[in-house]
Amino acid sequence: METFVQLVVNGLGKGAVYALLALGFVVIFKATEVVNFAHGSLVLVGGYLVYALKDSMGWIGAAVVGIVSAALAGLVLERLLAGARNADHNGLALLTIGVDVIITEEIVRRIGADIPFIGDPYDSQPIQIAGLTIFRTQSIALVVGAVLITAFFLAFRFSSWGVAMRAQAENREAAALMGIRSSRVTATAWLVAGALAGVAVLFMATQDFSGAGLGRGTHAIALIAFPAAILGGLDSTAGAVVGGLVVGLTEALSAQYISFEFSKSAVFLVMLLVLVIRPSGLFGTKELSRV
Amino acid sequence: MLSVRGLSVRYGRSVRALESVDVEVGGDAVLAVLGGNGAGKSTLLRAVSGTLKLHGGSVTAGEITFDGRRIDRLDPALVVRQGVVAVPEGRQVFARMTVEENLRAGGLGARSASTRASSRERVRQLFPVLAERAGQRAGLLSGGEQQMLAIGRALMSDPKLLLLDEPSLGLAPQMVGRIARIIREIHEQGTAVVLVEQNATMALQVADRAAVLEVGRIALAGSAAELAASDDVQRLYLGGHAESQAQAESEEAEARAHRGRKVLSRWAG
Ligand SMILES: Nc1ncnc2c1ncn2[C@@H]1O[C@H](COP(=O)(O)OP(=O)(O)OP(=O)(O)O)[C@@H](O)[C@H]1O
Ligand SMILES: [Mg+2]
Repeated sequence: METFVQLVVNGLGKGAVYALLALGFVVIFKATEVVNFAHGSLVLVGGYLVYALKDSMGWIGAAVVGIVSAALAGLVLERLLAGARNADHNGLALLTIGVDVIITEEIVRRIGADIPFIGDPYDSQPIQIAGLTIFRTQSIALVVGAVLITAFFLAFRFSSWGVAMRAQAENREAAALMGIRSSRVTATAWLVAGALAGVAVLFMATQDFSGAGLGRGTHAIALIAFPAAILGGLDSTAGAVVGGLVVGLTEALSAQYISFEFSKSAVFLVMLLVLVIRPSGLFGTKELSRV
Repeated sequence: MLSVRGLSVRYGRSVRALESVDVEVGGDAVLAVLGGNGAGKSTLLRAVSGTLKLHGGSVTAGEITFDGRRIDRLDPALVVRQGVVAVPEGRQVFARMTVEENLRAGGLGARSASTRASSRERVRQLFPVLAERAGQRAGLLSGGEQQMLAIGRALMSDPKLLLLDEPSLGLAPQMVGRIARIIREIHEQGTAVVLVEQNATMALQVADRAAVLEVGRIALAGSAAELAASDDVQRLYLGGHAESQAQAESEEAEARAHRGRKVLSRWAG
């Protein structure tokens, strides 16, 4: 029982991180209909700056710079895609794969033989309560994730930005006719997604999360955000959060009760199972309109 | 106010949707644009509101000015800022958003917060039903209510010129009459209107001036009363003289054969 509770808390903590990634992924998809395969490299950009700067400017300052840089990297990618005017959505998705390889290889090369962990203030300091051992990284990730996700949903539902985002996601032409500037909506989507990736990496490149340091290991973990987003429904923000949590729990529970090696496949099996039953994902669009 | 000169539009490389079209809209009039399926009515509105690109179309010749400023190269959102707002064909409300959110989206293009507030009041008075349904998803409204929402949403940014693409489409006669009265009222409040319609009876009642588009060209233009009295319009769009459906159809076929030459010789400047 105690193990189970520990697993659930740790799994939810990981799930919150996947949810942040999946949310960014979904926001980009909603605004642009492009599947961003370069999400993992946005994660690395943020993480790399934290790694490079934390000794000279302190962890907090480095974390802020990392988050901002990941957001800006998102914006740069957006401009790049906007430049490829004649490409369709599939062409653009392929372009993001190319960008992903370039950025990832460059960062891996710079890091070299190092396997940096960047969660200094909380990594490897488990919390003991009532006989339970809970990773501090996952607990903080859960709190930070909950705060950011709540803030995101409030903004998405109530702010003008949210109204513009949803309007454009639903009907580009009608949104343009409302005076909504699609280039701005798209740019903010990439900024938000990049910033969320920059936050996520602070928890991913830690001993607690998976023991994989910044580099290919983190990049591989970021890929788990895809099944999270897809099983939630690619165009559903709520789905991204639920998908993230499902993936985090699946991974944690299957690693314990089946085997660590199996846990990654388990995530994809759950995704396939969901897609067989509901092809548009758990919360994917079903038409409400009468017209 | 709005001036379209020598406008030609193409979709892709080969489909020519408009050929040197000239249209003038004064601030004090409702202009009706009539024409059959595929005549280019929606294309004309898309060219004015800047959304051609979203349909794979482009302006190949001519220019469009509004209050003396060129608008044919502007982003659609900037055309809205100039005061030209379109209600597209098929209403296109944001079905998954509430009625209230749809109106809010419409207000995003307003020039200031105060115009947004006064527009909201105007929409409330024109369409009381929208206030009753504020929290309901727009996709679940009836067709007539959706049309009212689409018009209300467009009014939220306080346009100087409102472009309406077939507002009567798919509506019962009673609702068509109601929409017609509302269009008239919007105009009397000081907004110029371009009304694209296949329902010529309704359009000519509402409009002061009218133009007929035929396969990409303006075939007839004049006051609404003149056009309503014209034989061609009677026969083709108002169903006048026709005793039966069959007769109407044969007359239409006959008119179609003559149309281009006959009409153009009389009206083309
Ligand atoms: N997106 C598009 N791509 C290619 N051709 C198009 C496109 N939209 C319209 N057309 C063509 O351009 C011409 C004019 O179309 P348009 O939609 O403007 O007509 P319309 O007068 O609005 O007709 P309707 O009354 O049926 O709405 C038609 O021949 C049509 O087939
Ligand atoms: Mg049309």
